[in-house]
Amino acid sequence: MDFFLQLVVNGVVVGSIYALVAMGFVIIYKSTSVLNFAQGEFLLVGAYISLVLLARYKIPFYATILITLLFAVVLGLLIERLILRPMIGEPVISVIMVTLGLSSILRAIVQGIWGTDTQPYPEIFPSQPVMLGPVPISRAYLWSLGCVVVLLILFTLFFKYSRYGIAMRATAFSQQVALSMGISVRLMFALAWAIAAMVSAVGGILLGAVRTGVDQSLALIGLKSIPVVILGGLDSIPGAIIGGLLIGVLENLAGGYLDTMFGGGVKEVAPFVILVAILMIKPYGLFGKVHIERV
Amino acid sequence: MATISCGDFKTSYAKDMAIFDSAFARWCLALFLLALLTVPLYASSYWMDVTARVGIAIIGAVGLNILTGFTGQISLGNAAFMAVGAYTTAYLGGHLPQMPFIAVILLSGLVAAVVGMVFGVPSLRLKGLYLAMATLAAHFIIEFVAAHWDSVTGGVAGVSVAPASFFKYSLDTDRQLFYLIFGLMFFMVFFAKNLFRTKVGKAFVAIRDQDISAEVMGVNIFKYKLMSFGISSFYVGVAGSLLAYQAKYISPENFPITLAIDYLGMIIIGGLGSILGSILGAIFITCLPELLRLGASSLSGTFPSLVGLFASLKLGVFGLAIVLFLIFEPDGMAERWRKIKTYWRLYPFSY
Repeated sequence: MDFFLQLVVNGVVVGSIYALVAMGFVIIYKSTSVLNFAQGEFLLVGAYISLVLLARYKIPFYATILITLLFAVVLGLLIERLILRPMIGEPVISVIMVTLGLSSILRAIVQGIWGTDTQPYPEIFPSQPVMLGPVPISRAYLWSLGCVVVLLILFTLFFKYSRYGIAMRATAFSQQVALSMGISVRLMFALAWAIAAMVSAVGGILLGAVRTGVDQSLALIGLKSIPVVILGGLDSIPGAIIGGLLIGVLENLAGGYLDTMFGGGVKEVAPFVILVAILMIKPYGLFGKVHIERV
Repeated sequence: MATISCGDFKTSYAKDMAIFDSAFARWCLALFLLALLTVPLYASSYWMDVTARVGIAIIGAVGLNILTGFTGQISLGNAAFMAVGAYTTAYLGGHLPQMPFIAVILLSGLVAAVVGMVFGVPSLRLKGLYLAMATLAAHFIIEFVAAHWDSVTGGVAGVSVAPASFFKYSLDTDRQLFYLIFGLMFFMVFFAKNLFRTKVGKAFVAIRDQDISAEVMGVNIFKYKLMSFGISSFYVGVAGSLLAYQAKYISPENFPITLAIDYLGMIIIGGLGSILGSILGAIFITCLPELLRLGASSLSGTFPSLVGLFASLKLGVFGLAIVLFLIFEPDGMAERWRKIKTYWRLYPFSY
């Protein structure tokens, strides 16, 4: 029973990071219908920037967060303006490929500046784990769980009540209608990319702290979060969070109980098996809007 | 006999459907192929290796273009289907050494086609982004199988591939492999070119342009989508089989997700829905790192740090090429080539 509990708790905390990354996907998809394959690279950039600020310039942690977020906003705006704007109205394959190309460029820049070796991330949270009943949990994971909860509440309120949130939802519903109501669609697109880059940067900082080291493999979490967004539904923020937690728990359980049978690595592939199953049964996910197509 | 006609003077459907515009175009291609046959006579082993990889990439890119460019089904699973072809070749070479190589290659293609069709089943319900996700999942699942089915694939350590053989005669030099690859490439490219003059090919294009309309017009979508997955994966599987023969040793590391992205890059840069485009794109993407390597090593005297940055430079230039092509020439190199041809067709009086 303890083993089971440990797996579930691990799943929940890992899942909270998936949820954070998935939220970035959803925010961009919700307002611009682009699935950003470079989300993992946003994370990577955020992690490295914060690493440099913390380790080289010895800037206090809270100031680091602020500067990293600022940088992420600029990056998101730049990418939206230079690369995604010309892609409006292009077919899906072009949009997918442009974000894949973008991910190569970002990874190349990171590799060129910081190399491929793992760099130690300064210890931000005390390494002493917190005991939750019989199960020890690392503090960094608790922080990420907390961040996810706070961000969930913030974004739900933002999309429900703020002017910009409502305008973003209108843009997602129909760009033409939004334009005729006097909403600047361009501004909404820019806003979506800036917010997504910010959320990913938070994910990058947390992930760096959790792993106590930063390297290129961090970007892989972007691809690994894709089953999460599909499970939750591509355009649902609560879906991203529930999907993240579910996939986190499922992959930990699968890894814990099936690894001995298959000789390891089940954890890596389990989300993708789940992904295929969801796509076959309920392609628009648990909370996604069903899209009805007309000629 | 006009070299290039300066307008559209076709008077029959047969002429309109012809692959070659004029006899001149046919002669050009024949001359080019003859020149290609002589490459092994003078190329160094390094360039033999590059040309062999170009040939394999062309087969794979044409295959992917059949699925993605002509049928409109986005696939991120082509590296995995390639792995299926490669592992089949390795397995057959190890367990049935008597089998002639041509049967091994065809069988590898067929196994890849079957696997491709299995993972193509979701395409009945899914399209666009969601299909891309499904094929991405296919990639990771096949990669997992390749890394864990030790008795067949050798696990993460990989497996060595016996050279292609025909009874006692074995093809083990680069030169023989070159002729094998380019011979197959010629047939497969020609088959693909002709495919789109048939009913099947037209059905593929109809599905790409508007699948619901195609269904209303009486195209059996599921059948043709699966067929497209099958044909495409057959090509990719054959490319994988040749890759196994060329690399002589394969492991899951030969088929990462970045390989699938490379192939998508080839058809994007070359031109979606164009056979010529797949060829140009395959040449471009395969030669790009080699050219960068040449450039980096020739500049290493003045900028010694350049060699260390080579890996990231390669990645960055690849990404940049895709982004720039998508923004400035979304129809790829094939379209650019067509524009150049049209410009010269009416050269001094283009207006």
